[in-house]
Amino acid sequence: MDLYPLWNSLRIAAVSSVAVFFTGIFAAYYAARLPRAVKGLLDVVLTLPMVLPPTVCGYVLLLIFGARRPLGMVLAQYGIRFTMTWYGGILAAAVVSFPLMYRTARGAFESFDETLAYSGQTLGLSNTYIFWRIRMPACRQGILAGTVLAFARALGEYGATSMLIGYTPGRTATISTTVYQLWRTNDEGGAFIWVMINLAISAVVLLTVNMLESKERAAGRRRL
Amino acid sequence: MSLSVDIKKEFGGFRLETAFETDGDILGILGASGCGKSMTLRCIAGIVRPDEGRIVLNGVPLFDSAAGINLPPQERRVGYLFQNYGLFPNMTVEQNILCGLHREKDKRRRKKAAAEMIGRMKLEGLETRRPAQLSGGQQQRVALARILAGSPEILMLDEPFSALDAYLRVQIQTDMQEWLREFGKDVLLVSHNRDEIYRLCGSLAVMDRGRILGKGPVKQMFRSPGSRQGAVLTGCKNIVEARKAGEHLAEVPAWGLCLETEEPLRDDLCAIGIRAHYFSPEEERNSGAVVLEGEMEEPFEWILKFRYETAAPDSRPVWWRIPKERRPQHFPKRLGIAPEQVMPLYR
Repeated sequence: MDLYPLWNSLRIAAVSSVAVFFTGIFAAYYAARLPRAVKGLLDVVLTLPMVLPPTVCGYVLLLIFGARRPLGMVLAQYGIRFTMTWYGGILAAAVVSFPLMYRTARGAFESFDETLAYSGQTLGLSNTYIFWRIRMPACRQGILAGTVLAFARALGEYGATSMLIGYTPGRTATISTTVYQLWRTNDEGGAFIWVMINLAISAVVLLTVNMLESKERAAGRRRL
Repeated sequence: MSLSVDIKKEFGGFRLETAFETDGDILGILGASGCGKSMTLRCIAGIVRPDEGRIVLNGVPLFDSAAGINLPPQERRVGYLFQNYGLFPNMTVEQNILCGLHREKDKRRRKKAAAEMIGRMKLEGLETRRPAQLSGGQQQRVALARILAGSPEILMLDEPFSALDAYLRVQIQTDMQEWLREFGKDVLLVSHNRDEIYRLCGSLAVMDRGRILGKGPVKQMFRSPGSRQGAVLTGCKNIVEARKAGEHLAEVPAWGLCLETEEPLRDDLCAIGIRAHYFSPEEERNSGAVVLEGEMEEPFEWILKFRYETAAPDSRPVWWRIPKERRPQHFPKRLGIAPEQVMPLYR
């Protein structure tokens, strides 16, 4: 059995989660500081991929990165092509899962007690130190939840991925596109195996989240 | 040792226009909540940028809109004790205190300084605890230790006792008195509680709606707050409209009396204040015929509400507070007030 779709899905989800982790956190952090009107508008734009059908996201990505579009042609000169390549899947997965990270991180930052940051500043701690050592640990739970959600969403991405990178066995195939392909070609057995693999991965992800949460709760109890 | 502040800041329909100076002592800023006390501290700390003005601490300009100076909070060396202390919940007591010592680069010296601070603030044995595992008083000591470890140029305390249980408050205030004396530099203490300020501060500024109404030595400010709001905030219970009737004579229409004052009066007199303790049956000056209207018992005192026979029918009753052992058997026919205890109030 060809395990390429598993490997491809995992690396796409992993890389896109890392990208979304940083971009989502920084977008959330800076959005919280903007004037209300700008914030509202930015919020709509940044959350849109969550509400739009993934195929529409894929279509928009094709409009921007398509081989015959200006940006696509510029990138092609540097040998970067997001269509029909495995790393194009990262782009599709990142765009679709970004709002999940952004929104959960923003919620966590909004409930952060700013006096902690202020007291850090008056003590002379640098803003970078305050961000990574005080703000992030205090918002750890929300950020962790956002990361897991974004990873799970990236792993299951189908619509935008199939629009942007299609399905080429051994090159751009992911678990979800493979399930569809196998079912379409009447290979119900093959589709079923991939469905089971998918179930297993989801179960592991959920178990991990639950474990982290109960550990967190135990640590919280110890702290009280 | 001096702080000089002269700033303006507008936000959401509120206008802060504060100007005051300190000279190495403990200045209490007394004001109702929302009067701009905390905003003033935030401007001094550099958390909030004033619209214009100057803040100079020990000769160093922290903020000067004309010269384009606005130091970040990290460079101001201002110790700020927040109302909820601002301890970092993810760090232990020792780590929190080490945060105040980050300027010291030598690791062993830092540890030593932290241990010294832990000893000084009586926090031994709590080093590895987290803030959530401490009592309110302990949290405050950790926060203060963390601030003092960095030897700031000024200490600012924002409602430092409001988060503590009432029975702990006075105990901690006596400790605080000691710590502030050891600190020895300028201190700003913001509070809405007159007792805290009377106990701890050398001078007092009364703040109302973004402005300093008056400033002076604490005792003098309590004796003669000068402004109506100052009288309210220093706990005066009897404040009544008045107008000037002579150089030392105030007419009080609501009571149907003319009261003699010790201070010469200005033309813009708007009210007089008389503290509830200052009525006396023996005093013959400023005396009026009175009728008892109601009473309320306190642990050690009686509050007796009375009315002048000459009072307007819709006037509010006057409060007289008297220690239990001194309460006369029968309510007196007449009560008087010494002229030096009639506080003229303006604006």
